[in-house]
Amino acid sequence: MTSIFKKAIQAIFLVTLPISAFADWALNMREGVTPISQKVYDMHMVSLWVVTIIGIIVFGIMFWSIFHHRKSRGVKPAKFSHSTTVEIIWTAIPLLIIIGLAIPATKLLIEMDDTSETALTVKAVGYQWKWKYEYLEDDLTLYSNLDEKSVELSQRADDVDPMEYSDYLLNVDEPLVLPTNTKIRILTTANDVIHAWWVPDLGWKRDAIPGFINDNWAYINEPGTYRGQCAEICGKGHGYMPIVVKAVSMDDYKVWVAEKKQEQDEANAASSKTMTKEELMTKGEAVYKANCLACHQANGQGVKGVFPALAGSKIATQPENLKTHITHILYGKNLMPPFGEQLNDGDIAAVTTYERNAWGNDTGDVVQPGDIAAERK
Amino acid sequence: MATKDIYYVPEGSKWPIFGSFALFVLFIGGALLFNGNANANFVLYLGIALVFYMFVGWFNDVIGESRSGKYSGQVDVSFRMGMGWFIFSEVMFFAAFFGALFYARMFSIPWLGGLGGGSATHEFLWSAFEASWPLSVTPDPTNFDQPKEVIPAFGVPGINTLILLTSGVTVTFAHWALKNNKRANLNIWLALTVILGFVFVYFQAEEYAHAYGDLNLKLSSGIYGSTFYMLTGFHGFHVTMGAIMLLVILLRTIKGHFSKKDHFAFEAVAWYWHFVDVVWLGLFIFVYWI
Amino acid sequence: MSTLAHEHDHHHAPSGLKRWIFSTNHKDIGTLYLIFALMMFFIGGAMAMIIRAELFQPGLQFVDPQFYNSMVTVHALIMIFGAVMPAGVGLANWMIPLMIGAPDMALPRMNNMSFWILPFGFALLISTLFMNGGGPAGGWTMYPPLVLQLNDAFPFLIFTVHILGVSSIMGAINIIATVFNMRAPGMTLMKMPLFVWTWVITAFLLIASLPVLAGAVTMLLTDKYFGTSFFSAAGGGDPVLFQHIFWFFGHPEVYILALPAFGIVSTIIPTFARKPLFGYASMVYATASIAILSFFVWAHHMFTVGMPIKGELFFMYATMLIAVPTGVKVFNWMATMWKGAMTFEAPMLFSIAFVILFTIGGFSGLMLGITPVDFQYHDTYFVVAHFHYVLLTGAVFSLMAAAYYWLPKWTGYMYDEKLAKIHFWLSAIASNVLFFPQHFLGLAGMPRRIPDYNIQFADFNMISSIGGFAYGISQLLFVYIVIKCALGGKKAKAQAWEGAKGLEWTVPSPAPFHTFETPPKLTKAMLEN
Ligand code: HEA
Ligand code: HEA
Ligand code: HEC
Ligand code: CUA
Ligand SMILES: [Cu+2]
Repeated sequence: MTSIFKKAIQAIFLVTLPISAFADWALNMREGVTPISQKVYDMHMVSLWVVTIIGIIVFGIMFWSIFHHRKSRGVKPAKFSHSTTVEIIWTAIPLLIIIGLAIPATKLLIEMDDTSETALTVKAVGYQWKWKYEYLEDDLTLYSNLDEKSVELSQRADDVDPMEYSDYLLNVDEPLVLPTNTKIRILTTANDVIHAWWVPDLGWKRDAIPGFINDNWAYINEPGTYRGQCAEICGKGHGYMPIVVKAVSMDDYKVWVAEKKQEQDEANAASSKTMTKEELMTKGEAVYKANCLACHQANGQGVKGVFPALAGSKIATQPENLKTHITHILYGKNLMPPFGEQLNDGDIAAVTTYERNAWGNDTGDVVQPGDIAAERK
Repeated sequence: MATKDIYYVPEGSKWPIFGSFALFVLFIGGALLFNGNANANFVLYLGIALVFYMFVGWFNDVIGESRSGKYSGQVDVSFRMGMGWFIFSEVMFFAAFFGALFYARMFSIPWLGGLGGGSATHEFLWSAFEASWPLSVTPDPTNFDQPKEVIPAFGVPGINTLILLTSGVTVTFAHWALKNNKRANLNIWLALTVILGFVFVYFQAEEYAHAYGDLNLKLSSGIYGSTFYMLTGFHGFHVTMGAIMLLVILLRTIKGHFSKKDHFAFEAVAWYWHFVDVVWLGLFIFVYWI
Repeated sequence: MSTLAHEHDHHHAPSGLKRWIFSTNHKDIGTLYLIFALMMFFIGGAMAMIIRAELFQPGLQFVDPQFYNSMVTVHALIMIFGAVMPAGVGLANWMIPLMIGAPDMALPRMNNMSFWILPFGFALLISTLFMNGGGPAGGWTMYPPLVLQLNDAFPFLIFTVHILGVSSIMGAINIIATVFNMRAPGMTLMKMPLFVWTWVITAFLLIASLPVLAGAVTMLLTDKYFGTSFFSAAGGGDPVLFQHIFWFFGHPEVYILALPAFGIVSTIIPTFARKPLFGYASMVYATASIAILSFFVWAHHMFTVGMPIKGELFFMYATMLIAVPTGVKVFNWMATMWKGAMTFEAPMLFSIAFVILFTIGGFSGLMLGITPVDFQYHDTYFVVAHFHYVLLTGAVFSLMAAAYYWLPKWTGYMYDEKLAKIHFWLSAIASNVLFFPQHFLGLAGMPRRIPDYNIQFADFNMISSIGGFAYGISQLLFVYIVIKCALGGKKAKAQAWEGAKGLEWTVPSPAPFHTFETPPKLTKAMLEN
């Protein structure tokens, strides 16, 4: 059915509009890769068919009537104005249809609600505008930001064209890696405002609410990369906080966890090393793009009235404010989130150096990881 | 001119647009105040003055028209319906705050404390928090003023309940007196009602001072303080308004306004008074008592 | 008939500016409301054009994401509170007294104030766009904690909601008092035109729901400035509490927009089918059931917040149940057309399009009501498609129908039928090109309220934008038709439409300044509905 429908629509649009049909025309919900998503898809199709058929009948009768009961055909209007029998019928039938839809929906909902017997727990925490993932059993924490290429292409400029990047706005630097064939418990919550965690292929979305935790689960059948987005408006960067789930076999997952932990340990160890100014600047620019650009903008100008400009800012230029500058990044202030937990000393040293030397802030200051460590409480 | 079957459609009036403008100024003043604007107070006071002027002017017109007999029985019914549905809208306004109270007590506090559906919330975010009502320690104790104690129902609030209930009775006596054309009794009962109303407000203010100062129970004491002050505060504000309206009516009865048949303004204010009374009972039960 | 409408000696139409700003005349105030609504429709529509232009292709073309969000927010607030609601109240003002044989609204001065609050209220709202930090940008639903991050615009947003609430509540009280107190003798409740019925029920919805919204935004205000913690878990509150209170208002609100539309269509279809409305009584009961049910379904906007399953089931059942009374209405309209003698003037065309397109919107509504599937649909363009079908091709189409239907009564001239038909076809086609593809976008996974998107969504967005521009430009034609009609044309008869029933068609066209100063004597024929 879907393919005929799809072809018909495709044909109509293709003749009417000269559009390069480069992408597969996605017309329907995805079936997804979990038992639940499959059932959700089926429920969607059932309700779609039910309303389509009702529509065909109702609109069909109306069009027939419009055609045959036109004044221009010389018909005389009838006088009737009610009939208890038909009114009872057309109250009862929709009621029955609705009961028919509600029963499977109830079953499905009860099934989705059952978070017992999960083998693995991941806590997804929404931030403005990124996700933090905590693997509770494996004691591993990741931050997942929009990938650099999307960041570059999403700037308003003449020389960028997102059309050439198929994962535009749907890719991250650190995907959430999950094992297949495992019942995984996914807890959603948030740090600042409400976000929503949504990967269509898993068959559900759930809000991430600051101060509360929502309990969900997923069981992924097939390995693969599944992409989604934050689905609750969370401010300026709402369109820029994708979610990428990479499903791998349980064995690969275990290997990945071990590697990731080692990588993080090494990075932490390395982060206390002193760097040259060039090293700091290059690294700083990367850290800035991944973490700060969303608010303070690529040119350091910020957004008037919301996010202060860093170019020429007192905190980022005056020597006596260096300490404030560092603690500001470590612990945040008002709408500025704290970064002390997610960035290591090396990253913070680099980004601070970068800020103090980029966009005409030519202070010449060099901040080293040791300076950051000194400010940590 | 005023015949029963010709409905009185008033001539054009400047008060509606003036009133809209007055509200506009008032709200700009309020908003500027919140934004810390230097001219905020001036705009705010100007707004208040304009609104006040609008009320006085508009009601003067209405009173004048009413006393010159322009209003037919039908107009009277329209006014009654207007007042009745206005009070209903006020009820719904309070319903929002009662809803918040019930939600906090029945859902959010238990969930945060790990009851009901809140086990994960409690385990991962607020493991030290214990659900209780009145809420003495908030989930995050650092940023909130923890109250030492809450106000017991059967102290001042109990007395205030008696005061308001009594005032409901006295205003009814006043109404009967009016209907029987006993003007002296009318004035006495009405004056008594006004006094009771202001005594209530006085006690409430004293109690606030005690709670804020001695008990450390504040608006910023978490959800308990929030619901407590918003509900009792809006109620207190309505009582004050009601008492002022009663006072105006009292001044009018003293001037000899109203007749035994024709006294819509009196009744409207009496309804309003009963409404604040009923809201208080809800408050007394759900905020102070259980 | 003319005796009913003769000029009273000491009331004659005041002239000049005073006539309008001090007005106590329901027709003048109605006209003010309608003109204001049309202006707001264009302002809100211009914002929608900015939205569609930005979404024309992937990448950021014109606006900053923050500004995009505030366009979305203000577009919705203006369309709902500035265009559709005032247009409905304008029609109520003009038509209810004429339909029930009353000289005016029950409380004429309050009526004037209800109107004049609106321009001031929207001045407050629109001024925020120029403030430090920009206008409100958290969506029209104003969810905390996001909305609390607003800068200077915040208190203005809150007070705008308050002041508009005051206006609507006063308007609603007026309508109730008018209908219950001002009917001509013999006009019993069950003889009232259905438009009047739908409006009284709407008025009840307004009075019961708007104060709740006022309460909700007041809590936002105190949370931001007075340290209360209604919506903060740290103090024992819950951000979701706001959503409950908001939607307790918000869902009845969508029926506030829809019920008058039902009334309009129930008036127009019988006229052009030349046959009485089928199932008058069941229409009244269905409208009332929809209104009552609408207070028990609010959490269907919040299926994904993580309510206990019992709550989700309750709200799912209640939501689905609304399809039954709404179905009754659709079937009654169908049966009214059945065996009529139909002609297809512009009001009829818009009404038929309403029935079909509103039903399509209702169908997607029913699908959204199925909780486990809403987990997928929620906050995607599928929802955007749903509500524009019920709002634009629903409510707005019915308002267009009403405007064409009653223009002869308002201006005394017939509008240009040929242009109106062109306007209809352009609107009907363009609005479907605009919103139908959004169903596909939503199903394919495009979230709402985003300024930029992945390239897989590019084609449908482009189609949708083209439809949007076409729809927008077509509306200029409407303005031209209305102005042309107001300036002159073929004279309209008292009964402008052959099949029209009801008291409003017994007074001359244009309706004189004062009508029914003494209650009309109603004949049996006049009371047929
Ligand atoms: C005029 C406005 C209007 C109207 C009339 C409706 C009508 C309905 N709406 Fe809609 N809705 C909105 C305006 C409206 N809505 C808006 C603005 C939003 C988004 C708000 C936001 O988030 O910004 C929204 C969102 C919304 C959601 C939330 C989606 C989400 O965010 O996840 C849901 C979920 O249940 C829903 C359901 C319904 C239902 C069941 C109806 C029913 O009333 C429809 C009933 C009608 C029919 C079903 C068709 C006719 C019936 C028949 C022909 C009978 C036979 C049919 C069957 C048996 C199926 N609506
Ligand atoms: C009654 C309500 C109503 C009406 C009539 C409309 C009408 C329109 N709406 Fe809107 N809309 C909402 C209520 C309404 N909307 C709501 C509640 C939301 C949700 C907000 C939120 O998420 O918080 C929303 C959100 C919304 C979005 C989603 C944004 C997002 O989620 O990111 C979009 C996107 O396409 C959109 C588009 C349109 C368009 C193109 C029209 C068109 O029909 C408008 C047509 C009118 C005109 C165009 C004006 C007339 C013409 C001119 C001004 C002449 C100039 C013309 C040109 C330059 C072409 N609307
Ligand atoms: C979610 C948005 C956001 C992100 C992401 C963000 N900031 Fe900020 N930043 C702010 C806000 C808001 C302020 C203003 C805080 C205040 O004073 O209230 C600010 C202030 C600052 C200041 C002080 C500027 C001044 O002159 O007052 C510095 C320095 C700064 N940020 C650096 C950074 C760095 C470095 C990063 C990334 C590692 C970063 N910010 C990421 C929002 C953000
Ligand atoms: Cu995070 Cu939207
Ligand atoms: Cu709804």
